Amino acid sequence: MNNEDKLKEIFSSSLGIKLDDIKENLKYHSIPQWDSIAHMTLVAAIDDAFGTMLDTDDVINLSSFDKAKEILKKYGVDF
Amino acid sequence: MESTFNLLKGKTAIITGCASGIGLSTMELFATCGADVMSIGITKGSLDEVSARLSKEHSVSVIPYYFDISSYDSVKNFYSMLVKENRKVDILINNAGILRDALIPMITEEILKKTYEVNVFGSIFMMQYASRMMMRQKSGSIVNISSIIGTHGNEGQVVYAGSKAALIGVTKSASKELAGYNIRVNAIAPGFIDTKMSRSIPEEKFNERLTQIKMGRIGSPVDVAQCALFLSSDLSSYITGEVIGVDGEMII
Repeated sequence: MNNEDKLKEIFSSSLGIKLDDIKENLKYHSIPQWDSIAHMTLVAAIDDAFGTMLDTDDVINLSSFDKAKEILKKYGVDF
Repeated sequence: MESTFNLLKGKTAIITGCASGIGLSTMELFATCGADVMSIGITKGSLDEVSARLSKEHSVSVIPYYFDISSYDSVKNFYSMLVKENRKVDILINNAGILRDALIPMITEEILKKTYEVNVFGSIFMMQYASRMMMRQKSGSIVNISSIIGTHGNEGQVVYAGSKAALIGVTKSASKELAGYNIRVNAIAPGFIDTKMSRSIPEEKFNERLTQIKMGRIGSPVDVAQCALFLSSDLSSYITGEVIGVDGEMII
């Protein structure tokens, strides 16, 4: 599985949404499922899957699927 | 019933402020009970000897790390290193703290800032990253060492009392936020404990404090460490958001 698909799986399981619903422009708070509690679950799952420890600023700025990719690139994850 | 000596077997604990007093006793007790310990101090080399001794005596891993918990970047770098090394964290004992007494008119901005930076900010930084590691494994125990001064207040200790009371608010809020991840957060409010900190007050004050303790003796750091052991072990697996006084019924 490539990293894009891996990240989609994480979004799907953490937010409880279908894989098809994960678009590049999916944004924090744009759907009821992506609330602050789910955001913490999402961050924990991302850290776990990619072996990262996202900086607090990155946790706050992780506001969309696209942004998640951009942030993970800083930690050496290729997309 | 599990033997006391196995209570923390297989668990990894981070303990701050290990150079002396409550931190040192907790580190020794945890190692005795089978925990691997990451002992945090600020003075380089100060924990090397005791860590090596405990590792050898109890066949556990006690590794010292040296940084200032009030430095956000230092805390972040420490946890990033743990993640890179694929380490886990089951227990965090937020013990590091400073005490600088001052009557209200004598409180300087420097005293206020430094006290809150170490006692509150540092503890939150440590908890912030530890809880993220614990969230992944869906288990963990965090123990914040507050003080009877934080629960009851004391003249000349507005700054210290405020910082230790803040830790109680932190504990109660964090316990609510993290309960869903099976992470427990509790606080201990030690009374008058025989440490360098308590010995630093004038003799007259020291003796006056002793008369305030109904059990008639000063507390030992081990008394507090044993409470930390209980709160860190599975014996307290359904206890969270609590503040336990370890004070021999001290009246302030």
